[in-house]
Amino acid sequence: MSRIKKTFEVLKASGRKALVTFTMAGDPSIENSLAVLKNLPEAGADLIEIGMPFTDPAADGLTIQHAGQRALKAGATMKTTLQIVRDFRVDNNHTPIILMGYANPLYAYGLEGFAKDAKEAGVDGLIIVDLPPEEDQDLRKFTDAQGIDMIRLITPTTDADRLPVVLEGASGFLYYVSITGVTGTAKADLNALKPHIDLIKAQSDLPIAIGFGIKTPNDAQEMSALGDAVVVGSSIVEKVKDIGENGDGMGDVTSLVRSLSDVLGPRPDEGAY
Amino acid sequence: MTVNSYKNQPDERGHFGQYGGRYVAETLMPLVLSVEKAWNEAKVDPAFWAQFDDLAKNYIGRPSPLYFAEKTTKHFTNGDMGAKIYFKRDELNHTGAHKINHCIGQVLLAMRMGKTRIIAETGAGQHGVATATVCALFDLPCTIFMGAKDVERQSPNVFRMKLLGAEVVSVTSGSASLKDSMNEAMRDWVTNVHDTYYLIGTVGGPHPFPAMVRDFQSIIGKETKEQMMEREGRLPDTLIAAIGGGSNAMGLFHPFLDDADVHMIGVEAGGMGVDTDLHAASLEGGKPGVLHGMQTYFLQNDDGQIQEAHSISAGLDYPGIGPEHAWLFDRKRVEYVSVTDKEALDAFQLCSKLEGIIPALEPAHALAHVAKIAGTLPKDHILVMNLCGRGDKDIFTVADKLGVKI
Repeated sequence: MSRIKKTFEVLKASGRKALVTFTMAGDPSIENSLAVLKNLPEAGADLIEIGMPFTDPAADGLTIQHAGQRALKAGATMKTTLQIVRDFRVDNNHTPIILMGYANPLYAYGLEGFAKDAKEAGVDGLIIVDLPPEEDQDLRKFTDAQGIDMIRLITPTTDADRLPVVLEGASGFLYYVSITGVTGTAKADLNALKPHIDLIKAQSDLPIAIGFGIKTPNDAQEMSALGDAVVVGSSIVEKVKDIGENGDGMGDVTSLVRSLSDVLGPRPDEGAY
Repeated sequence: MTVNSYKNQPDERGHFGQYGGRYVAETLMPLVLSVEKAWNEAKVDPAFWAQFDDLAKNYIGRPSPLYFAEKTTKHFTNGDMGAKIYFKRDELNHTGAHKINHCIGQVLLAMRMGKTRIIAETGAGQHGVATATVCALFDLPCTIFMGAKDVERQSPNVFRMKLLGAEVVSVTSGSASLKDSMNEAMRDWVTNVHDTYYLIGTVGGPHPFPAMVRDFQSIIGKETKEQMMEREGRLPDTLIAAIGGGSNAMGLFHPFLDDADVHMIGVEAGGMGVDTDLHAASLEGGKPGVLHGMQTYFLQNDDGQIQEAHSISAGLDYPGIGPEHAWLFDRKRVEYVSVTDKEALDAFQLCSKLEGIIPALEPAHALAHVAKIAGTLPKDHILVMNLCGRGDKDIFTVADKLGVKI
């Protein structure tokens, strides 16, 4: 069973909603981004999204744009990102890792080689923002062969006619983008989301993670009622930004993640995985 | 695969071979599909074209003249050799460039779709001015995204846009130039998807924009064909146009693609030279990749990070190129070359003195290539260069390069 599937099963059994964290590989430095990742599971992250830095992140707000720029400045490449995953896996074999980013660096790497190297490094899923279902076949060919989930995005504009197109071939979980907008902006209106999410639930058994605009434990608790997981990115990245070279400030990241995790239900023992 | 026609692209999914497509975030995908649906309906609707044609004639001032540039022809004549040079005068359009052609078309489409707000990116400001102009005409609020660097070097156009009632947003993210203003426009679009139409200013972006902008700009090539038949009784031998994203070139070339005897040359901006890091020649110096909704050639490093383009011309300062050009490049139907900033600057001055026409720096690139080949071609060789914009906007940049204070 894949790590993603297993994680959602275990959490469901213990009555917990999943916390999905997002941080950028290589931010604020290659070493410290790895140190952040290594602390996340203990602090309360159930699944980990790692951003692959890109020069032109057209779907991201300023916080994530800047994180990508810091990472590139720190020397991050696709190779260092995969190495970070490898290093993380040395002492964690159960927390799912999802790489999130844009298509061009994957094309430049070579899609087949990327799928192979990502699997070998310990990657479980991919979210490629600018590869809608209509354009992801070239990559899917290789990720399917490796057993890597392509996580599909569903947005408020994905209407009932289009939903089957997005659900066709979806695996892992569904990422519900709760607002029309870029990352790190306003929180969605809960009441407006519910009918749409109910529509998705009626057509798919995959877990639903809700993301965009979720910043505080309060937001997380509220949004978690609608789905199986919440994704928090920008507010964590804001804390990562302030981590010093010697690791000062790491504690602020951990305590934010802990506070987000605490509102989502009891954590299962590691043995449960 | 054999190609029976070069004019049957893209396929139903918006692909020109491997290029093109719809590489956009899911939030935009339903909208992009609805633009495609609206365009498919509009392009077969005679009433839509009647309105377009009326505005083209009475508002833009089309057809633009096909001018025999006799002095330029003489200037480049070399003994028994020297091509006969024509200029397609799209700089005489209202707003001074070809951009107005696709702005009229797209605003008509946006209104047909019930959209009430227009956004656009601009490099040199020509597309921004044309967009602001048409929005003024139709009472539509519009926001223009422009790289902070371009706001500075194209200040007259910034003022024009504001006079026309547009909001101009100076984009400081990334490299603060054309590609970043496109990113910022995409971010706005994703946020205001319900009421906003993104009026893309070149034959780029997600399908259907490359094909749609081409179809609006094809008016240039269609007129050229008719005017040339009238003047010379035959088709031209060579077509030359400058390429940033490639809208004026695609507009001139497309109606001629299946005329096998017509040679076509697209001129990219070579900046300080394509062997340096400072140029905007995506075909010559880039490789295939994905950005701004399309697969095409982009300037990028080995890790797939997009590199900044450089050109003296803000309108050519883009690290990518329209996907149809990428396809025509691979199939070698069109020849793509580059000229440097310096060569374009020389051509800019030559055209001003010789013809009494101050060209934009963009077509000055095309003219710089004409300068290289005209004297090597026989006297009965007919060459048409797309003079796609006038140079008033560029006089500050040029004065600065020439060390003149104005």
